[in-house]
Amino acid sequence: MNPAYEAVIGIECHVELKTATKMFCGCRNEFGGEPNTKTCPVCLGMPGALPVPNAKAIEQIVRTGLAFDAEIPAFSKFDRKNYFYPDMPKDYQISQYDMPLTVGGVVKYWLEDGTMKQCRLTRVHLEEDTGKSTHAGSGDGRIAGSAYSLLDFNRAGVPLMECVSEPELHSARDAVAYLESLRRTLLALEVSDVKMEEGSLRCDANVSVRLAGTTQLGTKSEIKNMNSFRSVERAIASEIARQIEILDSGGRVVQETRGWDELHGVTHPMRSKEEAHDYRYFPDPDLTPIAVARNDVERLKSELPTLPWQRFERYTGEYGLGVNAATQLIDNLSLARYFDAVVVRSGNPQQSSNFVLGELSRLANETGVDVANSKVTVEDLAQLISLVESKRINSKIAKELLGRMWEGAGSPSDIVEREGLAQTSDPSAIEGFVDEVLAANEKVVADYKAGKLNVLGFLVGQVMKASRGKADPALANELVKKKLSS
Amino acid sequence: MTAAEIARDVSAGRISAAEITASTLAQVDAVEGDVGAYLTALNDLARAYATRVDERISAGERLALAGVPIAVKDNMCLEGTRTTCGSKILEHWIAPYSATAVARLIQAGAIPIGKANCDEFAMGSSCENSALGVTRNPYDLSRVPGGSSGGSAAAVAASEAAIGLGSDTGGSIREPAAFCNLVGFKPTYGRISRYGLIAFASSLDQIGPLTRTVEDAALAYDLMAGYDPMDATSLNRPVGRTADSLRSDLTGLRVGLVREFDTKVLGERSDALYREAYRELERLGAELVEVSLPTADYGLATYYLIAPAECSSNLARFDGVRYGLRVEGNDVAAMYDNTRAAGFGAEVKRRILIGTYALSSGYYDAYYVRAQKARTLIGRDFARAFAQCDLIACPAASCPAFEFNAKSDPYSMYLMDYYTIPMSLAGVPALSVPCGWTVPEGGRLPMPLGLQLCAPLFGEQLLLGAAHAYERATNHASAHPPETGAVRS
Repeated sequence: MNPAYEAVIGIECHVELKTATKMFCGCRNEFGGEPNTKTCPVCLGMPGALPVPNAKAIEQIVRTGLAFDAEIPAFSKFDRKNYFYPDMPKDYQISQYDMPLTVGGVVKYWLEDGTMKQCRLTRVHLEEDTGKSTHAGSGDGRIAGSAYSLLDFNRAGVPLMECVSEPELHSARDAVAYLESLRRTLLALEVSDVKMEEGSLRCDANVSVRLAGTTQLGTKSEIKNMNSFRSVERAIASEIARQIEILDSGGRVVQETRGWDELHGVTHPMRSKEEAHDYRYFPDPDLTPIAVARNDVERLKSELPTLPWQRFERYTGEYGLGVNAATQLIDNLSLARYFDAVVVRSGNPQQSSNFVLGELSRLANETGVDVANSKVTVEDLAQLISLVESKRINSKIAKELLGRMWEGAGSPSDIVEREGLAQTSDPSAIEGFVDEVLAANEKVVADYKAGKLNVLGFLVGQVMKASRGKADPALANELVKKKLSS
Repeated sequence: MTAAEIARDVSAGRISAAEITASTLAQVDAVEGDVGAYLTALNDLARAYATRVDERISAGERLALAGVPIAVKDNMCLEGTRTTCGSKILEHWIAPYSATAVARLIQAGAIPIGKANCDEFAMGSSCENSALGVTRNPYDLSRVPGGSSGGSAAAVAASEAAIGLGSDTGGSIREPAAFCNLVGFKPTYGRISRYGLIAFASSLDQIGPLTRTVEDAALAYDLMAGYDPMDATSLNRPVGRTADSLRSDLTGLRVGLVREFDTKVLGERSDALYREAYRELERLGAELVEVSLPTADYGLATYYLIAPAECSSNLARFDGVRYGLRVEGNDVAAMYDNTRAAGFGAEVKRRILIGTYALSSGYYDAYYVRAQKARTLIGRDFARAFAQCDLIACPAASCPAFEFNAKSDPYSMYLMDYYTIPMSLAGVPALSVPCGWTVPEGGRLPMPLGLQLCAPLFGEQLLLGAAHAYERATNHASAHPPETGAVRS
């Protein structure tokens, strides 16, 4: 990016909550299914039907706010956002206008180099999702030129979280890192699947640029139609470049909504500010104000799970793990929880990470079984680590043992005991293997003595093999050297 | 027969629900041509329900409304029946579910005779805004039955039902009750579930009964009232049985007469009738006190901002996309325009426009927010007044039933609800009880007037109890008009 300019980005996300039922009726909240099978008079906006709020959804928004350290006002309310659209059954959306469930807050996120950054939130509020239109007859699924449109209201009334950031992000990479952190947090809270491909996470970006060092915000455009984190990154980068080009050539950026064209890698104008709706928000008279009890807030706060950024700081700080390892663990929540438990028992984060991300993850991938659900219990892995630490077994044996444990052979100390796999640190026992190997490899021994010192490794390897891996490798090395030079 | 009498007789096996239903349907046949109370006759459904009620009775079930014929205002859903709101936009719409209030009455043994006419989307005070039919006042066919629950009122007055279900947003139960010599009762906002009542103004709409007697109103109310998990605004608090609270005197009660509601402006005859009604309350033991509702005069202006604002949003769903009328256009926007232009009548359009304007950015604070503040003040006026009295008494309507087309400008029609709107804005329970007959200016036949009684929030037991005492003492409710009415039961 041209260093003379600074980009300013705000992200607005819509996240479908993972509740059993919809926001204002008893219909099941599930993705997909035969069109219009998960509907009732309420979510179809039938005459006379009334909304009744889903308490679980309200609780999930409060938990989300608390996870981002937001303020939870004592009172909140639902408002109607009025506009006509065929897939919106009542031609108004029940949303929140001036009294959202949560106000403010901070999303902490980290970059690939491990830098921890933060972006403040404006608000997180609760609303209902719309139905889905499928435009037919135009060939490309677009509304323009379509002969008719099909409506599916299975999604109508699904609880939807709107999460609005302050304009505090300054690059496409920051924006994606912010989104990743948001996504990880919502997964940790178990409030949503947060799948962009299924539409349970949708986001728009407000992008503007200004001269570096100035504080006045430039004219923004709102970017829509981004279907993956990658397209978010590309779209924002492309929009920043477009605006800089306009400013560089003496032009002015127009405030408008632009759609991202994935295929051509550019944004297109969708509508200008003049076409903006007057949504005529007003308090929904079908719903009473929401009183959020302080003791509920305190309870929900105390029940929050460990948050991804907290894990990241612990892993890379206290535990000394690399950014990649830390991120890899955090991105697999059940693995991270398993890892945390192993660290608590073993006291050895590095070894725990090596086993969990290495051999165990390999086995998990191979078999399709989650590590956390595997036969390798936290206790067994911690025991394995302590066997390695105390040099009762070496790492090669440990890996082999892990394979046996995965298949359900029992605890590592039992297997070691049963099968005599304990590492041998008894010099006399190892000496026997050394003599055996040296006798069988006269030519190699001669090479060594002639100055070809690099064959040492081969000889030590043979000793390890002869001991069936049990020999203490350091001791074996020392003894081979000693014998050769005697 | 009153609803209570029918239920008693059917329960005791003296007459069957089927017989009651047959005679009611015969009465409908005889008078509907003149009265036009119903938009949809439910003859087959009524007979089927009657059979079911007779089976339940013979199985030993006790049903509070055994065999009682009811008229259901056509803005309430009854599963499988046409529910039009008196509008072309829903002319052919079949409700896929039943309103809670309707379902509760049917569960108690009531027989739905038909879907009763009303002003389109309950917007009006004469039933003349119905796009689908004309309903006439059974006491003078040249006059309106009142509105918006005019069909339900006419049906009960003409003995085409014993209980009429109405909805009251600014007076739509009380005014037609006054016009048709009935008891019309609007409970505290939230007492009766609105689920299945097609919304006009959600924060004001309240279902209630229109009946010949206070006892019948209490009977219907007791069955319909109570929390409904399907309506977030329904009150989750115990409902005291009103049928057990009916009294025969008013000893110990202070009845407030509103200083600002001077009945002299209603003309000599009406003034005299209301003064007599107040004296009757006194004779029954009440102490009359003067109270003040200084902001009540702002009721009409307040109401005509809040109600249209809510209706502009509530009626958005009638867009031709999913149900109801659709008039095609070149694109979706044109289809919306064509459908709503053809589907809604003038008054509905007027209110949608007023409401849209009141909610628009730049006007919202000046109109909607100010109206909400005024509404709060009106509520406080009632609270202050009720610190000095137990009940308030005042007229139910500004005049007796008027002739068709007599109120052709909207404002004169709006004025009909001058005395009922403040109670709606305050959410307090109120009812109209018959208080005598008067020959209107230029009229030929005597027409009834209604006395409005109003209680503090949740004061239904006191309200119906007191109305019962007045009704017993005066007997206006059961009395026929001094001269022969147009339609005799």
